[in-house]
Amino acid sequence: MSLRRVAVVGAGMTKFVRRAKETAPELTYQATKMALDSCEMTLPQIDCVVHGTGPDAFDGVHMKAEYLSAGSGGFRKPFMRNYVGGGTGVFAPIQGWYHIASGMFDTCLVVCEEKMSSCQPHPQAAFITIFDHTTERPLGPNLLWIFAIEMERYMSVHKIPLEEIALVSVKNKKNALDHPSALLGADLTVEDIMNSEVLAWPVHRLMVSPVTDGAVAVVLAAEHIAKRITDKPVWIEGVGWSLDTSYWTSRDLYYPKYVESAAKMAYRMAGISDPRKEIHVVEPYDPFAYKELHHLEGLLLCEKGQAPKITAKGITQRNGSMPVCPSGGLLGVGNPIAAAGLMKVCEIFWQLRGEAGKRQVSNEPRRGLAQAWGDLMQVGTVIILGR
Amino acid sequence: MRRVAIIGVGCTVPRPVTPDVSYRELVYEAALKAYQSAGIEPKDIDCFTACSEDFNEGTSIFDEYVPDQLGAPLKPVHTVGGDGIHGLAAAFMQVATGLLDTAVVEAHSKASNIITLHHITELAIDPVFNRPLAVNPHYIAGLEMRRFLYETGVTVEDCAAVAVKNKRNALKTHNNVYGGEFTTEDVLNSDPISDPLTLLQVSQFSDVAVVIVLAAEERAKTLRGVPVWIKGLGWCADSPSLESRSWGSAAYAQLACSMAYKMAAVTNPAREIDLFEIDDTYAYKELQHLEAASLCARGESGKLTRLGATGKNGSLKVNLSGGSLGCGVMLEATGLFKVAQIVSQLRGIAGPAQVEDAKVGLALSWRGVPTASGAVAILGK
Repeated sequence: MSLRRVAVVGAGMTKFVRRAKETAPELTYQATKMALDSCEMTLPQIDCVVHGTGPDAFDGVHMKAEYLSAGSGGFRKPFMRNYVGGGTGVFAPIQGWYHIASGMFDTCLVVCEEKMSSCQPHPQAAFITIFDHTTERPLGPNLLWIFAIEMERYMSVHKIPLEEIALVSVKNKKNALDHPSALLGADLTVEDIMNSEVLAWPVHRLMVSPVTDGAVAVVLAAEHIAKRITDKPVWIEGVGWSLDTSYWTSRDLYYPKYVESAAKMAYRMAGISDPRKEIHVVEPYDPFAYKELHHLEGLLLCEKGQAPKITAKGITQRNGSMPVCPSGGLLGVGNPIAAAGLMKVCEIFWQLRGEAGKRQVSNEPRRGLAQAWGDLMQVGTVIILGR
Repeated sequence: MRRVAIIGVGCTVPRPVTPDVSYRELVYEAALKAYQSAGIEPKDIDCFTACSEDFNEGTSIFDEYVPDQLGAPLKPVHTVGGDGIHGLAAAFMQVATGLLDTAVVEAHSKASNIITLHHITELAIDPVFNRPLAVNPHYIAGLEMRRFLYETGVTVEDCAAVAVKNKRNALKTHNNVYGGEFTTEDVLNSDPISDPLTLLQVSQFSDVAVVIVLAAEERAKTLRGVPVWIKGLGWCADSPSLESRSWGSAAYAQLACSMAYKMAAVTNPAREIDLFEIDDTYAYKELQHLEAASLCARGESGKLTRLGATGKNGSLKVNLSGGSLGCGVMLEATGLFKVAQIVSQLRGIAGPAQVEDAKVGLALSWRGVPTASGAVAILGK
C-alpha cells in the first residue's frame, strides 16, 4: 500500500532561554506565528493542531494542552496532545504525520513547548515524580544519578575514556555559537569540560544540557498542498518509535535497544538498507554528552563502541562526512524537553533546504535524521526527512 | 480512506473503589479480555496508544508505565493527553495511514487513588487569570448550568429527569455503580452543590480500565473478533479561558459532531443513528450535548426527556448503559467506556439493556470542568 506523502513546509522557534518572561501559551504563540509566517500561511489554513509538551509538573498546570491551545490557536479546531517524555519533540511531528497520512487532514500545525523555569527552585525536583511510586521514589533518585549509571555502564563496556566523551560537548557547544536561538554556545577545550564540577560521577557540569524555556513549531502539509506552498518541501520519508519496559533496572544500559527498534521501523518505511551511506546529516538526542554517542550506535550509524572514535576523527563535525548535531544540539542550543526534540527536526529541515546559514553542513545532504529519547532511558523516536 | 474496525474490547467492571488491585492490574485484566475477544496476541499488534494525564496518575510522563501491562515493551507506544475517544482517533489514524495494520488503545481510571481530586481539577484552571478566583470545579458547572437553562428555557425538573432516567438505566446493566430508583423530587431535594446543581445531578467517580483493539479491514477479516466499524470521528475544544467561551451551548461538541457526521456521511443524525452514549457528567450536560449534537432543536431536549423520548423505548435512545450518572465518571476512560457500551449493543451482547436492530451508535465525551473539550465516535455494524 502506498502511503500518502507528507511534507514539512514551515518552521519557527523562539530563543531558548533559562527563564522566559512569557507564559507557556505566549511562548507557544511566538513559535506558532514564526512557523506560519515562514511559509506564508495563516491559522484558518490549518486543519488540525498537535501539541507536544512534557510533564505537567513543570508548570503545575493539569491538562496542559488545553491551556496551551490559547497560544497555538488550536481551540475550535481538532487538537491533540501527545507525550513520550523526552522523546516527545520528535514524536509530535510523527503524530502530525499520521494526522495527514491517514487522509483525515491536509495541513497540520505541530507545536512543542516547555517552560521548565516555572518549577521552583529547580525543575529537577519535579523529576522525582517520574519514578515508580513504590520501588524507586523512596530512594529519592534524580535524573543525573540514573544517567550517570548508564554513562558509567556504556564507558566500562566499551572502555571509553572520559576525554572522548568530552569531545561531544566541545563540538556541540561550538556549533551552537552559530545558532541564533542558542542558550549555551561556547568555545571550550576538552580540559575545560574535564575541569568543570562533577555532578554525579562521571557526569560533569559541561556534559549536561541546561534547564531551558522555549517553543518550536513546524507546519506539515499533504503533497498536493505542500507543492502549492513551497518549492522546497521537505518530505517525511520515515517514522519510527519504540517504548521499552518500565523496569529499566532489568535492562543492560550499555546499548539503547529501543532506539534501534525505532530506527529500524523508520529505515524500513524510508526504504533505507544502509543508513551509514544513506543518511547525510544527523541530529541525535544529546541531553548528555555520552547520549549522542550512545544514540549514534543505537541508530546503527556506527558499530557499538565506535561512536567516540568517529567523533575523535572529526567525521561528525559540520565539515565531516556525517555531520552530527550541526545545530549545537541540546548541549549548546538548550533543552526545553519537548521543544528540544522539535528543534532538531527544524535543524534537519533547514539543513536540507540549505537555509542553515553559518551552520550549513558541507556535504550537500539529501536526507537527514532527527531522534529523541526519554522516559526512564526507555523511549526512542526517529524521523527521517528528505528532499 | 482505509476502513478500520474495532475487533476486540476488554473492560473491567467499574467500581467506586478498587483497593485490591493496582492500575497496572486493572489494565492487564482489560488487555487480556480485549486480546481474547479479538483473537490476537500482543506481539502481533503493530502500535499502542494510551490515554492519561500526569496529575490524575500522580506520576509525571506517565507513558513510562504503559507498556508492560499491555504486553507492549519495545513496540511503538505513545500517550495521548486526552480522553479515550481522542486515543481512539489516534489509533484509527495510525492504522488509516496504511503503515500499520493493528492498533490498541487503552484508558483507565484509578480515581479512588486520588485523595484530593477536586484540587487536582483546580490545577487545570488558567493559572494567571482564573486560578486566583479559587473556584471549585462544581461551581463553574453550576454557573454553566444556569446559563444553559436561561438561554434555552430548559428547567431544573428536566435536568432532574435525566438523573432519574440514567440512574434507573444503570440498574439494568452489569456495570451499575451509582444506579438507583429515584424520583424527580429526590433529585431536586438532594444536597445543593452549586445552585441549581444538586448532589444527585452530579456524577461520582469510578475505577475502570478499557482496552480496545483496532484492525484494518483486510486484517480484521483474518481475526476472530466481530468487526464494528469506525465510521466517524471528531474532536474539538472551545476557548480554554472561562471568560471567552460559549457557556450556554457546548460549541466543542457541536464542532466535534459536525466533523464526525461529515466523515460518516450522516445528514440526519437523529434518524440515522440508533443509539447514543452522551456525556452526562452533570445531568444538564446530557441535554446540552443532545442539542449540540443536533439531535433535537434548541430548548427541546428537556421536553423530550420528560416525555420519555430518550429512554429505551423512545425515538432517541440515550445512555442506556446508565451513563456517568449511573456508572461513574472514569477520568480519561470515560469516552472509551462509552465506546465499549456502543460496541456491546452493536454486537448484541448488552444484556438486559440490549436494543433490537441497533446498527449505528454514537459516543460523545467531554473532558470535564474546566475544559470545553470533547470527542465523538460514530460506530456501525
